[in-house]
Amino acid sequence: MRPYRAQVLLNWLFMACLVSADLGIPRMLQRVIDEGIRAGDGRLILRSSIVMVGLILVSAASTVGATTMAVRVSQSVGADLRRSLFSRALSLSASNLDKWSTGQLITRSTSDVQQVTQFVFFTGRMFLRVPLVAVGSMTMMALTDWRLSAVMLFILPASLAIFFWYAGRAQPFFLGVQRGLDRLNTIFQENVAGARVVKAFVRASREEERFDGVNAELTERSVRVGRFLAVLMPMLTFLVNLGIVAVIGGGGYLAARGRLSAGEIVAFINYLLWMLMALSHLGSMVSFISASDASAERIFEVIDEEPAVVDADGAARLSEPEGRVTLDKASFAYDSREHEPVLRDIDLDVEPGQTVAILGTTGSGKSTLVGLIPRQYDVQGGVVAVDGHDVRGLTLESLRLAIATVPQDTVLFSGTIRDNIRFGKPDAGDDEVIAAAQAAQAHGFVSALPDGYDSVLGQRGVNLSGGQRQRLAIARALLVKPSVLILDDSTSAVDVETETALQDALAEYCAGRSTVLVAQRVSSVLGADRIIVLERGRVAASGTHRELLETCAAYREIYDTQLGGASGAEVRA
Amino acid sequence: MSKASDAMGRDQMHKGMSVGAQTGKPRDAGRTFSRLLGYLRPYRLRIALVLALVVAGTAMALLGPYLVGRAIDLCAPGADLAGLWRICGLLLGVYAAYWLAEYGQSYYIVEVTQRVLRALRRDLFKRLQGLSLRYFDQKGTGELMSRLTNDLDAVNRVLSQGVVQLLASALALTGMLVVMLLLNPWLGLATVAVMPVMLYFTLRTGRKTRSGFREVQGKLGRLNAMTEETIGGVRVAQAFRRERSLMDEFDRTNVAARDTTIRAQLTMTLLRPMLYVFSNLNQVAIAGIGGALALRGMVSVGVIATFVLYARRFFDPLLTLADLYTSIQSALAGAERVFDVLDEAPDVADAPDAEELRGIRGHVAFERVGFSYVPGSPVLQDLSLEAHPGQVVALVGPTGAGKTTVVNLLSRFYDVGSGRILVDGRDLRSVRQDSLRRQLGIVLQETFLFADTVMENIRYGRLGASDDECVAAARMANADQFIERLPDGYRTALSERAGTLSQGQRQLIAIARAVLADPRILILDEATSSVDTRTEAHIQEALLKLMRGRTSFVIAHRLSTIRNADQLLVIDGGCIVERGTHDSLLAGGGLYHRLYMSQFARVAAAHGK
Repeated sequence: MRPYRAQVLLNWLFMACLVSADLGIPRMLQRVIDEGIRAGDGRLILRSSIVMVGLILVSAASTVGATTMAVRVSQSVGADLRRSLFSRALSLSASNLDKWSTGQLITRSTSDVQQVTQFVFFTGRMFLRVPLVAVGSMTMMALTDWRLSAVMLFILPASLAIFFWYAGRAQPFFLGVQRGLDRLNTIFQENVAGARVVKAFVRASREEERFDGVNAELTERSVRVGRFLAVLMPMLTFLVNLGIVAVIGGGGYLAARGRLSAGEIVAFINYLLWMLMALSHLGSMVSFISASDASAERIFEVIDEEPAVVDADGAARLSEPEGRVTLDKASFAYDSREHEPVLRDIDLDVEPGQTVAILGTTGSGKSTLVGLIPRQYDVQGGVVAVDGHDVRGLTLESLRLAIATVPQDTVLFSGTIRDNIRFGKPDAGDDEVIAAAQAAQAHGFVSALPDGYDSVLGQRGVNLSGGQRQRLAIARALLVKPSVLILDDSTSAVDVETETALQDALAEYCAGRSTVLVAQRVSSVLGADRIIVLERGRVAASGTHRELLETCAAYREIYDTQLGGASGAEVRA
Repeated sequence: MSKASDAMGRDQMHKGMSVGAQTGKPRDAGRTFSRLLGYLRPYRLRIALVLALVVAGTAMALLGPYLVGRAIDLCAPGADLAGLWRICGLLLGVYAAYWLAEYGQSYYIVEVTQRVLRALRRDLFKRLQGLSLRYFDQKGTGELMSRLTNDLDAVNRVLSQGVVQLLASALALTGMLVVMLLLNPWLGLATVAVMPVMLYFTLRTGRKTRSGFREVQGKLGRLNAMTEETIGGVRVAQAFRRERSLMDEFDRTNVAARDTTIRAQLTMTLLRPMLYVFSNLNQVAIAGIGGALALRGMVSVGVIATFVLYARRFFDPLLTLADLYTSIQSALAGAERVFDVLDEAPDVADAPDAEELRGIRGHVAFERVGFSYVPGSPVLQDLSLEAHPGQVVALVGPTGAGKTTVVNLLSRFYDVGSGRILVDGRDLRSVRQDSLRRQLGIVLQETFLFADTVMENIRYGRLGASDDECVAAARMANADQFIERLPDGYRTALSERAGTLSQGQRQLIAIARAVLADPRILILDEATSSVDTRTEAHIQEALLKLMRGRTSFVIAHRLSTIRNADQLLVIDGGCIVERGTHDSLLAGGGLYHRLYMSQFARVAAAHGK
């Protein structure tokens, strides 16, 4: 809200004009009735009418001004909150983000932001107006008849008590509703994103049941909030109406004794109705305050999340990287409760320009290991260094500029193929894009598409096969010409022949660059300068293909299952 | 040249993201409204009750001022206090009744509204389940999510307050109009005179607001799509340091959404102060005209005072109606977008006379099948194949050859463009999709896990399976070991992105799912691509056991896995170019031979070094 201080102040100013103009109009009206008509003064009626028109214009202008400011400020605050959420989501590391499902994050950036925006908007229209009207009408009441205004001594504390009682209790209800929305959105999101699996296993009816359950719960919660609040407004109205009865009773009694005129009673009731307006605005604020309080809490839960990986104070830039990667006794666990850490005492040394391949059983920690280099996670023990600098002492920007990763699960963005390839360097020229695509063996199939590089990918790039998408991801990494290239099992869906061509092209394209390669196929790792075999988070063996064939039983077994046995004869043939 | 193509690229990127967010096209408001009313039908009785309460409440609201007026007439020196007390008692009763009526309205309308919303959400979800994959290919997840969140929110707002207010205001308006005309026709006419002007403004603004809000909802949808996509790809964005440019893009969309909302909301909210001016002018008119009339003795001061009181109350419902009118517009815009999804006809749908596919033997035949995802670029052409019950058919070929498409068609995720697919001699399009898929066990190339425990993710394969059966399936898929090592074993909750499980581990869970499903026809699409070969060798045994007696389709790049298939089909460019067994194809010296040999070429080279 702070950036909009000027607009908020302007809003208040308009509000003050508005209330005084609004309170002035009945005053003029009273003059017309009391002085103009009673005294038969036509000129006074005319004059007062003109003043009233003037006041009306002032009131209208201030309303327009105040509303405009309220709309602007509230929408700007909403947009800023969405921005902060998005920007925080971008800066959080994977372990942070795992706390929320996509559905939950989306609920926060839609429904929760909406609640806060509405609150700000409402405040913009009502804040100041409510107390001003209340104080104004109360002053007028006291001026009219101080005895009758004693009624307010009862109404005001009673309604304030009711107001705070409700405000204090409504917030958890709203929190419950928003949480219900979270769950609903999560199921919805899963079913859209995982539509293929749901269909494949004919689980539509079960998912509908699951959705129905959460849907029903959300409905019940919303009904409960609604009913809880349903009592509030009629109750406040009733209170003021009680006041009216009291005024009439008391006023009538006084009038019977000639101490009060009928006109004064009318005026008093009029001011009571103004009071009612102020109170009812206060009443409707209960839901806004509680709802936005609950929502703000949820929004700030995300915004306040500290990214697990951030630049250290005084982090240095990595300039002119050579591409030497060193892991020294690196250890890592995702969850301290895990029985054994994912990686333990890993030593690894990649000389500039070298290719090191990592093999290992499923879940042995291969992807985690390569994730440590660009600081997707930070080690818990030991050191990861690039060019001899601890990665935690380097700026993320410069570190990640030097490293390009092709992740295991291919993520492409909606947009053209060209934009996807130059994702890491948006200003890359067409020749660079094509060169990268050629090296990644993607140029052929891209050119065969009707729109070539301008073909638009669907949201999940579904029009392309798994292998084609992997090759686009490789082209994307190659385009930035990194000092360190990390290929995390990134050719699993590519056929062997293409992979062979790819490897040859990579050897050429990546000459002088360090490459860390995770692979399942022995044929993929043969060309590596060194092969590391990971076994339950430890380095079990390390060496060249030939060395490992001789010394490492595990490696030989891998080799045999893939290429040994029946194929031996054919190879020789 | 480079600049031009850059601009074009970005333009298309936006086009790509705004698919489905058609804005600004005039629609049929009446139809949308009557459909929305259709959702209210089951609650006829409760709505009738609410309406009765509204009528009662309005009557009380009108009665109140009348009684107050009567009471004030009694407020004179030496008046009859007993009469005053009687009226005060009556007034108390009226106000209490008013209180109850108001409370009752809200109490019941809240329930009706929420149940209607629930029905809308349920229908939306149901419809999505029925839609074919082609639809999901086109619409982003975030875009669809926006229908559930932003659009239904707009509907909520109008339903929860609108229905009651609409009636209450209309009733109050008519009631007061009658009373005012009876009290003094001239002043009454002066009050009514401004009505057409107000009506004109209201309708004009309403039309503008609706198109404005449709635009707002569309922009919010796009913003959602961006958020969803970015969260899904945040690792890639970080790896390529695109945070800033993504942020810029988000900012642009965000600011556009904000400005559109400000515009639409301003049009909407400024209507009220504008009408307020008329209300105030009317008071001046009453004072002026009333004053003039009073000077000629045609009207009493009391009547003027009553008019002033009524005029305020008279314009309140009118203003409420105007407010409502605009928020109904925004609700209609939201409802339209929800109905758009509900009206989407699935392009893969059960024929009306579709039959159950039950107890099949597992004979599968493709007859001259042709297919394309995008018109004009065929993926499969004239493809024929036949798998006998119990056979293992392997599909081999370069990436993008169309192997996964074959699987997609057999699962009827998409319908064939030409030709037909038969299971046990029956065209797929003549049987119910559910019954077909119940016969299939599919392990997909991309593993999708749900945000639930490991156990539940496995049980996804067969709902009725016991825990023991799930564990047995996991053991068979070789997933047992790593699951046991997770912090809570089978009870470990997986996060949606399952950050801590490796890709290979996720594939093992997916295989366990298929094992549990116990299908007649098994489809393995790159099911073990991310699993290391030693683990794979262990699963292989299990898979072989699983395949026994079932018709199986296997896609794999690691050719060692498919050596024992009964039939090997080599697919290239959407056609089957070779078919036979491992031995016959190797001897044939064609594409398969080349593919097979290429994996040894390097070994040979390495050994030759």
